[in-house]
Amino acid sequence: MASFDVMPDMQLYQPVELDDALNLADRYAADGWILGGGQDTYGWLKDRAKHPQAMIDLNGIEALRGIRDSADGIEIGAATTLREIIRDKRINRDYRLLSDAAATVASPQIRNVGTLGGNLVQDARCWYYRRGLSCYRAGGNTCYADTPDGINREHCIFGASRCVAVTPSDTATAMVALEATMVVQSVAGERTVSAEDFFVGPDTHITQMTSLEPGEILTAVRIPAKWAGKKFYFEKIADRNVWDFALVSIAVAMSMDGDTIGDSRFVCGGVACTPHRLRHVENAARGKSLSDESADAVASIAADGARPLNANQYKLPMMENLVRRAMRA
Amino acid sequence: MSDYKHIGKDFVPPDIMGKVTGKAKYAEDFRVDGMVYARMYTSPMAHGRVTNIDTSAAEAMEGVVGILTAEDVPATDAPSAAILTNTPAYIGDPILAVAAEDEKTAENALASIRIDIEPLPFVTDPLDSLVAGGPDAREEGNVYVRSQEGSGFRTVKWTKEQVDEFRAGREPGGEYANEWSYGDLEKGFADARVIIEEPFVTIGYAHMSMEPRTAMAYWQNGTCYMHASCQSQSFFMPGLAAMLGVETKDVVLISENTGGGFGSKIGAYPIVGLAGYFSKKIGRPVQLRVTREQEYYMGSARVGFQGWIKIGFAADGRATAADVFIVEDIGPNATGGDASSAGGAISLVYDPEAMRFRGLPILTNTTPRGAQRGPGQNQIAAVMAPLMDKAAKQLGIDRLQIRRVNAVQNDTTVYAGQEPVTSAYMDEALQQGAEMFDWETRKNQAKRNGSKVRGLGIGQGYHSAGTNGFDGLVRITPDGKIHLHSGIGNLGTYSFASTSRVAAEVLKCEWDDCVIHHGSTEANLPWNSYQAGSVSTFTQTRTNYVAAMDAVDKMKRIAAETLGGTPDDYDIDGQRVFRIGTPAQGMSYGAVAARAIQLGGAYSGQTYPEDIHEITQRSVQNLAGSGLIGVAKDKLERNGVIPGLACAFVEIELDLETGKYDILDYVGIADCGTVLHPQGLAQQMKGGAVWGMGMAGLERHVYDPQNGLPANVGFHECRIPTYMDVPSVIQVGAVDLPDPQNPVGARGIGEPAMGCSVAALTSAISDALDGHIFGRTPISADMIVNHVAGLDQSFKPLQTNNS
Repeated sequence: MASFDVMPDMQLYQPVELDDALNLADRYAADGWILGGGQDTYGWLKDRAKHPQAMIDLNGIEALRGIRDSADGIEIGAATTLREIIRDKRINRDYRLLSDAAATVASPQIRNVGTLGGNLVQDARCWYYRRGLSCYRAGGNTCYADTPDGINREHCIFGASRCVAVTPSDTATAMVALEATMVVQSVAGERTVSAEDFFVGPDTHITQMTSLEPGEILTAVRIPAKWAGKKFYFEKIADRNVWDFALVSIAVAMSMDGDTIGDSRFVCGGVACTPHRLRHVENAARGKSLSDESADAVASIAADGARPLNANQYKLPMMENLVRRAMRA
Repeated sequence: MSDYKHIGKDFVPPDIMGKVTGKAKYAEDFRVDGMVYARMYTSPMAHGRVTNIDTSAAEAMEGVVGILTAEDVPATDAPSAAILTNTPAYIGDPILAVAAEDEKTAENALASIRIDIEPLPFVTDPLDSLVAGGPDAREEGNVYVRSQEGSGFRTVKWTKEQVDEFRAGREPGGEYANEWSYGDLEKGFADARVIIEEPFVTIGYAHMSMEPRTAMAYWQNGTCYMHASCQSQSFFMPGLAAMLGVETKDVVLISENTGGGFGSKIGAYPIVGLAGYFSKKIGRPVQLRVTREQEYYMGSARVGFQGWIKIGFAADGRATAADVFIVEDIGPNATGGDASSAGGAISLVYDPEAMRFRGLPILTNTTPRGAQRGPGQNQIAAVMAPLMDKAAKQLGIDRLQIRRVNAVQNDTTVYAGQEPVTSAYMDEALQQGAEMFDWETRKNQAKRNGSKVRGLGIGQGYHSAGTNGFDGLVRITPDGKIHLHSGIGNLGTYSFASTSRVAAEVLKCEWDDCVIHHGSTEANLPWNSYQAGSVSTFTQTRTNYVAAMDAVDKMKRIAAETLGGTPDDYDIDGQRVFRIGTPAQGMSYGAVAARAIQLGGAYSGQTYPEDIHEITQRSVQNLAGSGLIGVAKDKLERNGVIPGLACAFVEIELDLETGKYDILDYVGIADCGTVLHPQGLAQQMKGGAVWGMGMAGLERHVYDPQNGLPANVGFHECRIPTYMDVPSVIQVGAVDLPDPQNPVGARGIGEPAMGCSVAALTSAISDALDGHIFGRTPISADMIVNHVAGLDQSFKPLQTNNS
């Protein structure tokens, strides 16, 4: 086994127009690598675990950057950095859930260059997969993690389907909670897809984390005004306070009528391959007030249906506790 | 003490500017004409036998310069680490290297190489090897015992019942490999009011030095020039020469800056041998760059423990007996020796009246182990702290008191041989720390606030902190400059500079007139100690002292010869040697140096003491005639164990719902004799505290036991604490009482600075959880959440390396 860490040869394109990027993405399809902030790029390439022929660098495309008004809420360019999101006044005022989530991503240094798009479409962090083993997600026919002695402390408790990896994205849970729409472009035009449908589990597509197909580029995210200024709760539990992925995280948006919860969105990260929406919790929370009593009542069902692996049963009480904390006054 | 000119004062170490400006050069930064780039192919299997190597495609590539395999380097006998091997014993064991005109070509060549390996049995958890029928990490056996009576492999197996008993926390009944004891153990336990008996696990983890051990070598006229990343300078050379099959005089080692070693770069390691042999084979300078992943594999790791301890206490808290049994994970190369050191630390820190240590070193196919900051002492510190708390609770005495009543003092005798200590002020350190931390107030404060619980912890750290018998070398030149030659090495602690200041102190000279020479054999350095084991301060202050005293003696003799009278008629000050009573009659240091050159002989290094090391001799020969030479071997008194000691007080706030805790306050107190360099000491105490925080809660080896794969080979996955995982303020202090066996009263501190931290944290976590003892490091959020929820942990009792 060789240990590689030098960038191998490949074509580098640095388009300044989106159309040129889309044409390149179309031309290279699965052999092209879309470069944003590069935080989930250079590891793969320098390790020679992925072998694209060409890199398409989006950083020169002005249209992909920035936070702007949309017809219904705001639109954030996919190449906007996490730091820009964290510091944006409007997001902090109206969509605090997103800036709170973005502020827990990786480290300050990574947030300075890491983009929203990159954070959303980053690949699974399962260490077996990242090691370059031929597992299901890598196109092979086995899972190393889902075995009696597998190292699966950080893997899923919901939605296992051959693969047991979890979503690593902190902003993805917030996007699902905020009912965001993903704007996807290709030479064929633009399509939009709800955040909930954008992230896909292994039962849908085992080698992809999103519904992006080769040749497509995530260009923007639209957040509707529906949840602007509502009550939010975000918390991420990770081993380290910085530069670490969630063991379990939660993003909650609640529409309050006085002290009473109306519509709500409860979404957990780190428990399934996709942001995991807790519909039964949302139903149970409806009509309740924020209090210790209702927190305990709702938390007790939070992890219903979970199927822990041999080393991650702690995620059940951790998940319950996060729901409990979100429901407290 | 306050009349010292340099001792106890801060100064700007000469390597600071290079580090803060990025101009400091490390081994990887050097380039020489004709240099080629080498990269390694390492084993993808935890244990195997290479049956075929096909490098034909690589050799046909343009730009590939050469291939080095195990046949090109001296063979080593198992279990010693080989430079290259055909029987790899861990994932990452180097099999071959390829050199090319540039790194990309070298990597392309690596990708084309095909190696067939026949798999052999492997094991990642020592207890899986110990149980009857379990796999052995080496074909020669599963245990390797190092002893003065003879080292060798053994095969030791326990019945499943014996292993299960051990896992269940009962006294192990199986065969062990080494043992020592003192006192009457039976009587000690009979005298005890309370007996604590607990199993424990401390998982080993990678050193992860910031600078990977890249090496660059070239040969000129039979001399090997080696740019390497070393903790030690002169001490590294004999081993390096032996590895290269040449004499020490034929090696020039350049290692001016080192990005951390922590025990992993003390002496010559195989990578330097690889660079040297490759350069020799292809006749070109070779830079062998080590990747971060490879530094994980071959950069060494802390030894892991799986153990059982029983310790008895009298009604007043005094430890009456301690019985400890440790299975130590010694990796594939049988490196470590931590377990017996842990036993020694128990005997010194808690001073039980009687004690027995039993150990069993078991080989695993995980990364090679080695000394890591407090090897043994710091693992057992983490284990012991909550046990002391439990005993205090059962006896109804204060947790501080039980530590004070057992604290090592000047008249304490330690270890199997019940040796004396040079001095020890643990009780003073505990009192000082308790006062700074306000222990009395804090221990009575409310603990619970919603889901958060406060926990207080006290930790104690120890490592022997000094050695002796090395050489010192100073030189005064006619321009009046004082040249301080330091061969200790520069692993990043500034101690090469702070210890040199002792010579300036003796010579009563201005620091601005001193020049430190270090970092290369060609800087003419003396034979100095390994820079490890917290020894630098005690050891190197002595060598600087004796060399400077020799220079003072020579200056007085030269003055007497030149100006009349006897040497005793003269004294020094103001960088002059002058006649006592008539200070106008004298010579400047520059004038004395010029006169020394005229007079020759020992004055200017034409002759030198016979008892100095050959490395020092060569340096003196090179310097002869350039000034006044002060050179001597350290033959000062040294009797007994030299303890470096530290204690820490910590307050945490642990969230029962998340399993996370914040460290609210940390106070660390050093007992390192006289404080030599306050900023350097503070840095050691703070850096050690952070390291201890990593060991307590974050860092550990993770291996998939099914296929021997390591899960955390990078910086990110190793979870080294970041600045956001540690308190922004870490308070430190020092007892600052002199050790009588050091001319300036100083002892070392590097390792205890960490041991007290990890111990304070395991103590505080236990305190926050009503005295629950996990008996394991690290204690991670999932363990705490499982415990609070009443769930089983996901690992078997005593299971290691895979959680």
